[in-house]
Amino acid sequence: MSAAASTATNRPIMPGGSSLGESADVRAVAAKVLEGARLTRADADLLYAEAGLHTLGHLAHAVRLRKHPQPVVTYVADRNINYSNICVCACRFCAFFRAPGHPEGYVLTREELGKKIEETLALGGTQILLQGGHHPDLPLSFYEGMIGWIRDTYPAIHIHAFSPPEIVFFAELEKITVAEVIARLRAAGLHSIPGGGAEILVDEVRTQVSPNKCSAGRWLGVMEEAHNQGLRTTATMMFGHEEEPRHRLDHLFAVREVQDRTGGFTAFIPWTFQPAHTNIHRDPEPAPAYLRLLALSRLVLDNVDNVQASWVTMGPQVAQLALYFGANDFGSLMIEENVVAAAGVSFSLSRREIHNCIRAAGFTPVQRTMNYTPVSPQPVVDGEI
Amino acid sequence: MLDAAHYARLGLGTAFEKVMEGTRLSPEEGLALFNCPDITAVGALAHHARTRLHGDRTYYVLNRHVNYTNICVNGCLFCAFQRERGQAGSFALTPDDILHRVLDDRGTPFSEVHIVGGCHPDLNLAWFEDVIRRIRAARPQSIVKAFTGVEIAHFAAMEGISTLDVLRRLRDAGLAMMPGGGAEIFAPEVRTRICPRKATSDEWLRVAGEAHSLGIRTNCSMLYGHIETFEHRVDHLCRLREQQDRSGGFTCFIPLPFLTENSLLKLPPERVGEHVGLDRLRTVAVSRLMLDNIPHVKAYWVMMGVKMAQTALYFGADDMDGTIVEERIGHDAGADSAQSLTVPELELMIRRAGFTPVRRDSHFNPVADPDAILHDTGHGPECAAGHAATPEVRA
Repeated sequence: MSAAASTATNRPIMPGGSSLGESADVRAVAAKVLEGARLTRADADLLYAEAGLHTLGHLAHAVRLRKHPQPVVTYVADRNINYSNICVCACRFCAFFRAPGHPEGYVLTREELGKKIEETLALGGTQILLQGGHHPDLPLSFYEGMIGWIRDTYPAIHIHAFSPPEIVFFAELEKITVAEVIARLRAAGLHSIPGGGAEILVDEVRTQVSPNKCSAGRWLGVMEEAHNQGLRTTATMMFGHEEEPRHRLDHLFAVREVQDRTGGFTAFIPWTFQPAHTNIHRDPEPAPAYLRLLALSRLVLDNVDNVQASWVTMGPQVAQLALYFGANDFGSLMIEENVVAAAGVSFSLSRREIHNCIRAAGFTPVQRTMNYTPVSPQPVVDGEI
Repeated sequence: MLDAAHYARLGLGTAFEKVMEGTRLSPEEGLALFNCPDITAVGALAHHARTRLHGDRTYYVLNRHVNYTNICVNGCLFCAFQRERGQAGSFALTPDDILHRVLDDRGTPFSEVHIVGGCHPDLNLAWFEDVIRRIRAARPQSIVKAFTGVEIAHFAAMEGISTLDVLRRLRDAGLAMMPGGGAEIFAPEVRTRICPRKATSDEWLRVAGEAHSLGIRTNCSMLYGHIETFEHRVDHLCRLREQQDRSGGFTCFIPLPFLTENSLLKLPPERVGEHVGLDRLRTVAVSRLMLDNIPHVKAYWVMMGVKMAQTALYFGADDMDGTIVEERIGHDAGADSAQSLTVPELELMIRRAGFTPVRRDSHFNPVADPDAILHDTGHGPECAAGHAATPEVRA
């Protein structure tokens, strides 16, 4: 833990008081939420600054139940495959990347890729989340070739690949438009785009923590273009580094605005920055701060159907509680995960444990695909409670 | 909203009213809280009760645990710490070993020495009296908080004297407080299955009452998440509440989640695994609500882990225990928490969870000047080498 973590400006908003005596202002916004009205920025600011933790959970869960009345919690079985860790971005929060020329840098071979995909299929996985560093020497044709090869070799696997910063990087490298990059990758076999690299979608934060990564506007622009070309995507937020609490709400409202135009985001996934081995020395956000932001995400993003709990960063026990703070999805079985693990956090869960976490919280686990369709048949799990 | 109408819909209308009025919940209401699926509703009630008692304060203490032996005649099924005499991994500290640990603050000063161990077949009461006297001489400003009711009952049986006499002698030697372990689950049908040789519920409660009558304040606990039911937990909490009505000396309640690693107690699969998060928070919450006469509830980070302990501060807990320095019982059972926390770590953990850290003494009085570093290692004559009055005990 570092002394810098306790500086006043970065203190999380965290009213510790009882939720059974909320102010008239909070109760008025709560009434709006329960009536199904959309929150204004002022409403969200008020809830984030003043509402008790349990009030936020209660409201978020009410909205979740309105959108998903069935007592079901979904999850996906996929594998994070990082095709390369070589990256010219050098984001300060990243413990995964290696600069070009570093002896630990790698690019996966097709043989390695194929083995990982086969293992994924053998474990009942339906998709791969394929992302990597911004490699300075690989042309777009390399990625088209990789995607095309996967599509042809493993036609059953869903290819969820290339976060917006990678797509912007490809466009700049090739000196073509983002629309052309997306169209070419789509033609090669890309099925959907993951919402990574969003970090905090506010440029004054991005220039501090990831100065070489695309701007907030370009990130959102990639997603809007992808949605317009018929690709579904997710959106994430990594919080608890150098942003102010208000920046987190800026982020939520920016995502909501794009979603109003396109409807292309399937899910929102907030998670907390993990500091080990990075160049940002900060104590990670505690569980109550995570739960507050998760609930706010559900309340602000009234146009996004699904909100994911992050057991990878918060651990399975807090993730169970997240199912009462707006989340309706347990994320991924995460057959392989490298990026968070590089930052010092390594929870791992089997399919049985994921099912048991969901069941013990009072819900039925359902394995889904990227677009939240249940897989058929559903997996049979030994030793489930 | 979390209001009377919502609680009425959950079948918790009377519980809500009583919590708002600050009156006592019935066992039936306790059970209804355990069975209520709406975890935020239960948590909000407990947090309300906690906030009324303690505002946004969260307490911690500078303490040092010493586990003097894992050799124990009880052989409780759930225990991962216990060894038989002569068994591989068994140990028993000598008084000098204990003194060394007590004098070595590893850079983190402490004001409380917390001593518990197995029920050793040979260590007599004089040995413990001597250890306490030596600790008191070596660290005159530190409180000695030692021995569960189970150990006290064991000493009495070994010496052929009453538990009250044991407590008097230990108090006279310098025992100021007792920790809350050994309560497990009071219901006989559970106790006979998990710890048949241990002091009975009546003995445990009687020893607590006797300690209170001598001015020795004690903690109390419940080991949950093994073979007991919600009814057993409610029964346990009610027995503690009744004892507190009679003797009034319980300071803090510690809900101890059963950790399954290295335990002989084989549990049904629904009790084993990582899916226990909500049960743990719910148990903290119902404990806070039922134990209306016990001032404090602990979020024991050793057993719960830091993330869950911080969350538990919103589910009724108000105490984070302390620096600990060295802990063996929970870690032998698979706890993956750190061995110790520093003061800045504890304070940051509390502050970032949204609460105001308050350094306390063993009796939960706020420490007037927490910046004054405690250098309570006045090397008294007792710690000079060659103290040979007590037999060396080694496994």
